Parts: sequence; structure tokens; C-alpha cells
Amino acid sequence: MFYIHCPYCGELREEEEFHPKGQAHLARPADPMACTDEEWGDYLFFRDNPRGIHHELWLHAVGCRKFFNITRHTVSYDILETYMMGEQPSFTAEHPQGNSPEAALRQAQVAQQAGVHA
Amino acid sequence: MQRYSGFGLVKHALSHHENWQRQWRNPTPKKQYDVIIVGGGGHGLATAYYLAKEFGVKNVAVIEKGWLGGGNTARNTTIVRSNYLWDEAAALYEHSMKLWEGLSQDINYNVMFSQRGVLNLGHTLQDMRDIQRRVNANRLNGIDGEVLDAKGVQALVPIMDCSKSARYPVLGASWQPRAGVARHDAVAWGFARAADAHGVDILQQTEVTGFKIRDGQIYGVHTNRGDIEAKTVGCVTAGNSGVMAGMAGIKLPLESHPLQALVSEPLKPVLDTVVMSNHVHGYISQSDKGDLVIGAGIDGYNGYGQRGSYPTVEHTLQAIVEMFPIFSRVRMNRQWGGIVDTCPDACPILSKTRVKGLYFNCGWGTGGFKATPGSGHVFAASLAKGEMHSIAAPFSIDRFHTGALVDEHGAAGVAH
Repeated sequence: MFYIHCPYCGELREEEEFHPKGQAHLARPADPMACTDEEWGDYLFFRDNPRGIHHELWLHAVGCRKFFNITRHTVSYDILETYMMGEQPSFTAEHPQGNSPEAALRQAQVAQQAGVHA
Repeated sequence: MQRYSGFGLVKHALSHHENWQRQWRNPTPKKQYDVIIVGGGGHGLATAYYLAKEFGVKNVAVIEKGWLGGGNTARNTTIVRSNYLWDEAAALYEHSMKLWEGLSQDINYNVMFSQRGVLNLGHTLQDMRDIQRRVNANRLNGIDGEVLDAKGVQALVPIMDCSKSARYPVLGASWQPRAGVARHDAVAWGFARAADAHGVDILQQTEVTGFKIRDGQIYGVHTNRGDIEAKTVGCVTAGNSGVMAGMAGIKLPLESHPLQALVSEPLKPVLDTVVMSNHVHGYISQSDKGDLVIGAGIDGYNGYGQRGSYPTVEHTLQAIVEMFPIFSRVRMNRQWGGIVDTCPDACPILSKTRVKGLYFNCGWGTGGFKATPGSGHVFAASLAKGEMHSIAAPFSIDRFHTGALVDEHGAAGVAH
């Protein structure tokens, strides 16, 4: 059971309030009509599927109903951070210890997530 | 290979069953093979078996990082059926069904294939329209199927709540009598034993750590037991396929999700068929040992943890108790998760890649077990001839760029 910190509500809530919505930071091509079949297929169907740190889009479905992002480890299931739409992740595959000034703050927010292991 | 038979059983009884031959060898890797199969699950072992038996390629290695059939082959709910909607998928799963029907004889190993029928329940008018469409499509493809009304369902499964007072009343079902269940471990072991008898080297606890690629042609793999060469490599690694493809610089349209199942304590025989419901979201059968085998949907998020979340288990059991109030006090014995590689159109990928000689057989998602022999057969044919078999051809990875998807979400949906 995940215990997730919603960055908009500022509260820790149970997993059942949320829905995972797939990979985060997918940019729709600015001019879809100008895309080749290759580019459009890649945008529609091809997703990152790492064994490790993954950035995902979640919806606080029965809370504030806002979308936000989670950085999560797909093997240990540890949640490393949650952050608002439009923000960038502090924890990435290249910088698993965090690389931005917000890293410590975000980590402190989610450090309270008892029992994040499913 | 010593053949198994009733006579053999009597003969070995005289020596207190102490002299049975090992089912397969434990060879040291050779430097070179004609074909390497990465992944020693059901599909990989079936591929190796058919390569050696039907296509005359005997210099084959199966490389498995753990133990045989320790992944999804051992973690599914063992349901076998072929009532898929679209011609392409129906051809693939029906090909498999026909192989299932003679499999125990073919590999001289009792896979306990039991054609006890599968019911796919309909709870809404739209469910029933979809069921009628699918059954009609099945019949046009030569696959057995019937549409039953609620009375017909109740006659088949007396313990199910088919009353009008149910929260989601059962309106009817599709019924495939030839479908059923098989023993999953026996499938992996039987294929391994039969492949080994044809000279296939099964290398367990050997992990592929990279591919050897030169000028766009594969010529071997790196493993933790040294390099092994082969000009043809088939990758059949289910949930890990994305990671394997990454090693070859290829991206696949797959996402790996945990899929859970659970079994109850053993009960007296109470349910002699397989019941699935897309609408209340669960499926159940009873094993020969007596335990209820229960499954449902994947966890929504990506994961490689081989364990699932509690809310999913809870929803699954709610669905089962909704259909079978009689099971409300059955205690669950074990629960586990497997990592399934789901594809956007709920159909597998059987494909060449842009690396010459490197093939992928993956993306079976939540429903790969039923396809084990058929998948192995057509994939073996493709590896042996260097051209995709006509049944496998529509499942090329190119379809995600051409748009020729085979959308089986309806038939694959929940009911795996």
C-alpha cells in the first residue's frame, strides 16, 4: 500500500485515493500533422519502462482531482518525491540522490510515507 | 530420454523409485550455438522444443537467469482458451489450442490439460451484444462457442449467484467448451525435458548481460558465464523484455506491470469449470488439488517487484464474493505477483528487429500462458526460416507505426 503525499493538498493520503496515469512529461508534438508515422507512433505507444527510477503521472482522483507527478523506483517501489505539474524532478536515473535545491525538501515531505512498499 | 508410461512406473516401483533418470541435463555452455533462446519460461522452452523437433535446428541453447518456469509460467492462473475476436489473434490462439489438445502425448509429459470449458459472463446489455459478436466471430473462424442465457449459466454453475437481486445480475455468458486449464509447472518441465531429449542445452542460472552486435547483425550474447555466440537470438523474456531490448538499443511499446493471483485452502470439488467476468472484474477456477485459483487485473502502475498491492487483492475478492457468495468464508492460502509486459493493443509482439538475427517474442501481457505451445511453434518456425511465420506476421512491431493494430482489449480485457 502506497501512502502518497499530494503536492497540492499537502497531505499524505492512501493509495486508493489516487490513479496512476502512466509516464510523466510526455510532450504532445506541437504540429501533429507534420509528424512522420514513426514520430506519431512513438508519441502514442512507446513509453519508458525502466527497471529503476521512473517519473509518472498520477491523479488525486477522490481528493483534489488534480494531476501531479511522482518519482518512484519500480523495483523497491520507494517513492522518492512528488511534485506539481510543470515542475521538474529532483531525483533522476542520472542523479538518484537528488540534484536540485528542492530535493531535500521534497524528500522530507515523502520521508513520512510509512509502508510505501506494496 | 526414458519414456514415461504405466509400465515404467511399475518397473521403477521395483527399485523403490530411486533410479529415475534426471529430467534434463545441466550442461556447461558451449562456445557457439545455431540459435540462442533468452528466457527459460514456457514460451522459450516451447520455442526450443519445436526448433529441435520440427525444424531440425538441434544446436540450441536456452539461457535462463533463474530457474526454469520461475517467472510468469509459475505465476499465472493456468487458463487456456482461444475465443478471441479478431482473425489474426483467433488464428494464433486457436493454433495454440490445437497443440494443447495433443500436447501431453507429444512431449510424453502429463500437463493435466483439462477441457472443462470457460464462461465469460455478461452483466449488461452491452456485454451481451459484445459476447454475441465475439461468439459469431469465433464460429466463423472455426472456434467453438455458444451464447448462454442466465438459466444456461446457472445450469452449468449451480453455486453462482445468477439471481436478479445480485448487484450486477448475470444476463448470460459466452461458453467455450474446449477451453480449460493446464498445470503450469508441468508445461515448463515437460517442454524442458522434451527439448533436452532433442539435444537442446538448457543453461540455468546464466544471465544475459548484453548482446554482441556488429554492423547491425547479432553474433552472440554476453553472460555471467562468459560469451556465447549465435547468429540467431530469440528473446522471450516477458516482463523484462523492455530491459533486454534496451541492451540492444531498441525501444518496445511495452509497460511492465505486476499482476496478482491467489489460491485458497483446498476444498472438496465445488466448481468444475472456469468463470470469468470482465464487468465485476475477476476470474476463478478450482485446481485438481482443490484450491480455488483466483485472479483479476493488473496494478495500474509500472513495477518489477513481483508483488502486488492490497487494494487490487481486495477488489478481486469483492468480485469473487459478488459472483459466489458461497465462497465468502473461504480462507486464502497464498498470494503472489508476476510481471506482465502489456502492449497498447493487448496483443503480443512476435517480430524481427532492426538488429539482424535478433527476434523478440513478448508483449503477451496478462494472457500468455494459453498461447505457450502456439507461440513457441510459430516463433520456432520464424527463427528457423528467417522469415516470420504467416500466423506471427501480423504481430510485427511495425504495427505501432503503420497503425495496423489488433485491438483485443475486448477479449483480453480482464479475462486472461
